[in-house]
Amino acid sequence: MASEITEILDSSSVQRALTRIAHEILEHNKGTEDLVLIGIRTGGDYLAAQLHQKIAEIEGVKVPLGTIDITMYRDDLGTRNDLAMGQTDIRFPLGDRKVILVDDVLFTGRTIRAAMDALIDLGRPRNIQLAILIDRGHRELPIRPDYIGRNLPTARNEQIEVEFDPQHVPVSVSLIK
Amino acid sequence: MNFPHRHVLGIKQFNAEELSFILDTAESFKEINTRSIKKVPTLRGKTIINLFFEASTRTRTSFEIAGKRLSADTVNISGSSSSVVKGETLEDTARNIESMHPDIIVMRHSASGSCDYLAARLNCAVVNAGDGTHEHPSQALLDAFTIRQHKGSIAGLKVAIIGDITHSRVVRSNIDCLNKLGADVVISGPKTMLPPGLERLGCQVAANLTEALKDADVVMMLRIQLERQGKTLLPSLREYSRYFGLNETNLKLAKPDAIVMHPGPMNRGVEISTAVADGPQNVILDQVENGVAVRMALLYLAAGGEKITED
Repeated sequence: MASEITEILDSSSVQRALTRIAHEILEHNKGTEDLVLIGIRTGGDYLAAQLHQKIAEIEGVKVPLGTIDITMYRDDLGTRNDLAMGQTDIRFPLGDRKVILVDDVLFTGRTIRAAMDALIDLGRPRNIQLAILIDRGHRELPIRPDYIGRNLPTARNEQIEVEFDPQHVPVSVSLIK
Repeated sequence: MNFPHRHVLGIKQFNAEELSFILDTAESFKEINTRSIKKVPTLRGKTIINLFFEASTRTRTSFEIAGKRLSADTVNISGSSSSVVKGETLEDTARNIESMHPDIIVMRHSASGSCDYLAARLNCAVVNAGDGTHEHPSQALLDAFTIRQHKGSIAGLKVAIIGDITHSRVVRSNIDCLNKLGADVVISGPKTMLPPGLERLGCQVAANLTEALKDADVVMMLRIQLERQGKTLLPSLREYSRYFGLNETNLKLAKPDAIVMHPGPMNRGVEISTAVADGPQNVILDQVENGVAVRMALLYLAAGGEKITED
């Protein structure tokens, strides 16, 4: 049976959601002081770059932007088959910074757990806030996002796909049944 | 990407895509070695036994640090302090160690093929840290990693390897690895140290050092094993140094941006002059540094994923 694909957000809806998140981040943190953006590979890093650009447009400040790969911190080494690993690229200290951790889809929360462990190995941030484009529920850990693009109740066996163009700009979010 | 290999026995078991994948994985691990907290939890709860029947400082330390930075528990056993000296066979030693449920045994042994022998008999993963004159895969991979770091890619480069080819496991693994990654490997050394049939490994044999060095992108000098073959296969070390030693003059035959490599330990003044060993083109300590990242990648890939059974 062919899978059923429903578009949830188009390109401009994603952009509006990201613009709102950028404003919320600035409002909540009262500006850009000590703020850093860190995207989780792959997907979150592209969205972090979008937020980075939007914050620069709103405030005229380029906050530090980094990328984190959480493969080394996963808890399923013996059971997963894809062992590919990306690189962590954070060229600034995290000590006493307000870290905005960015990912595309929040599901079980295990990725975020791994990302927080990875971040704390690199320094001691003042706080970590979580920005998410899609929250699809089914949490397995006590983790909650601070900034949400869209809440999207899903069934466990459904998939959410965030599609990016070759310039890493998000073009759509789809639900695959 | 999937990595179906249970063991790391030699370069021979990998194709070009897998070799590149190992190098890419090492690239990710390299960053950890420069952090202030040099540890990630990737192999937490895994036990790695370093079983070294031959002397080694660099390789053993490198494997031990690699395991520790991945949070594995590492135990070192060296031949001289093990029950081998009491007459126990290799298989018995290994089976006894395996009864304590390690996840990976990293072994160095003077007998060629000993790692393959163990891999066929044990359930845990076996990583070859040098077996006789057969293979030394982690060295070849760290060499490839270092070349890639300095040259961008490996395909199309001329790599000259000079020295005792017959008794070098480093060279055997390196020829295979560099060939698969698309380099042109040229070999040179004294006739008494060149085994017959080298061309079948896919490398050229140069008539002399000059021909080997000419326009090389990478010059890899091998160690003359003074304690062994150096005594019987060479008229004198001075003669060797004169015909096959790398110095500032003959290094000019290579490309101006050529890099100089040596797997260590170096015999300064024999296969490499001190001026070259410490010169601007040497990347010898980069090799050692990269060794840790490459071994982290090998341990991670050997421990992770579901494995197929290899014969």
